[in-house]
Amino acid sequence: MGIELFRIDDRLIHGQVVVGWGRPLNVGFIALVDDEVADSDWEQELYRMGVPPEIEVYFATVQAAAGALERWRADPRPGIVLTGDVDTMRRLIDAALGIAAVNLGGVHHRADRVQRLRYVYLSSEEERTLRALAARGIRITAQDVPAARPVPLEDVLVMRGES
Amino acid sequence: MSSEEVPAGAPHDAPRHAGGPIAIVAGHGEFARGVISAVQHITGYGARLLPLIIHGLGPADIEDALLRLVDESGARVIFTDLPAGSCTIAAGRVARARPDVLVVTGVSLPALLYFVMHEGAAPADAARQAIDRARTALRVVGGATRGD
Repeated sequence: MGIELFRIDDRLIHGQVVVGWGRPLNVGFIALVDDEVADSDWEQELYRMGVPPEIEVYFATVQAAAGALERWRADPRPGIVLTGDVDTMRRLIDAALGIAAVNLGGVHHRADRVQRLRYVYLSSEEERTLRALAARGIRITAQDVPAARPVPLEDVLVMRGES
Repeated sequence: MSSEEVPAGAPHDAPRHAGGPIAIVAGHGEFARGVISAVQHITGYGARLLPLIIHGLGPADIEDALLRLVDESGARVIFTDLPAGSCTIAAGRVARARPDVLVVTGVSLPALLYFVMHEGAAPADAARQAIDRARTALRVVGGATRGD
């Protein structure tokens, strides 16, 4: 089993992750990769609060996650690896081998971002990073919930928030 | 700790002010507007609750919006729909910044009905009673299979 989904979602652990993806994938663990959260017991308690006891939650810095990735992949339970932004996922991909696909699950409004989908807003820097990852052969699709149609990156980048 | 409550680190036993909104409801989709509309329909006290709709908002925007609602309205209780929700995470942060704010997750219509009908009670007491009411409102009716 191991890691079923590498997801970029600025809301980190929330309903779409725990229920929307967690139930159909029968997720046994969620790895939240975020340097700030990994350094804050209080933040970790907040995120743990919403996760049912049958799902284990790991908190890791990018560096620690890169080291733990093989262990997570070998886990018999299906899992989700989450980052809160494009750059953290890029750093994880740079630090660890074998990440073949990335799910853009939620990158929301910010002043320097342009809306591409209802749930995806990207800055020019983030677009450059995603294009570079795609050029390395990583399959990037936007999909907020499993029931939605996955939208390939090349389509995301020409959209203007119409879907 | 109950899964329905986030401790805010301060007592919540001061009586609430009469007249204005007494709580905020935040949730996914149209949950907040829908459940407040039901409260209004049943009791006429929908104005005691403020909805927060989070479509398109990032985590920082949700937190800012909640903080603004709390500060501007004087409401000191935030009801959210899911414990595992971005509203709950943001509300937890607001409760940390404003220690007199109380967060109640997993809210339902029976809980809100009780809460708005007890405007004069201390928020923590009213919230706990509202949770008890909501629990007892969960029932299974029917569903007998053949041979039962």
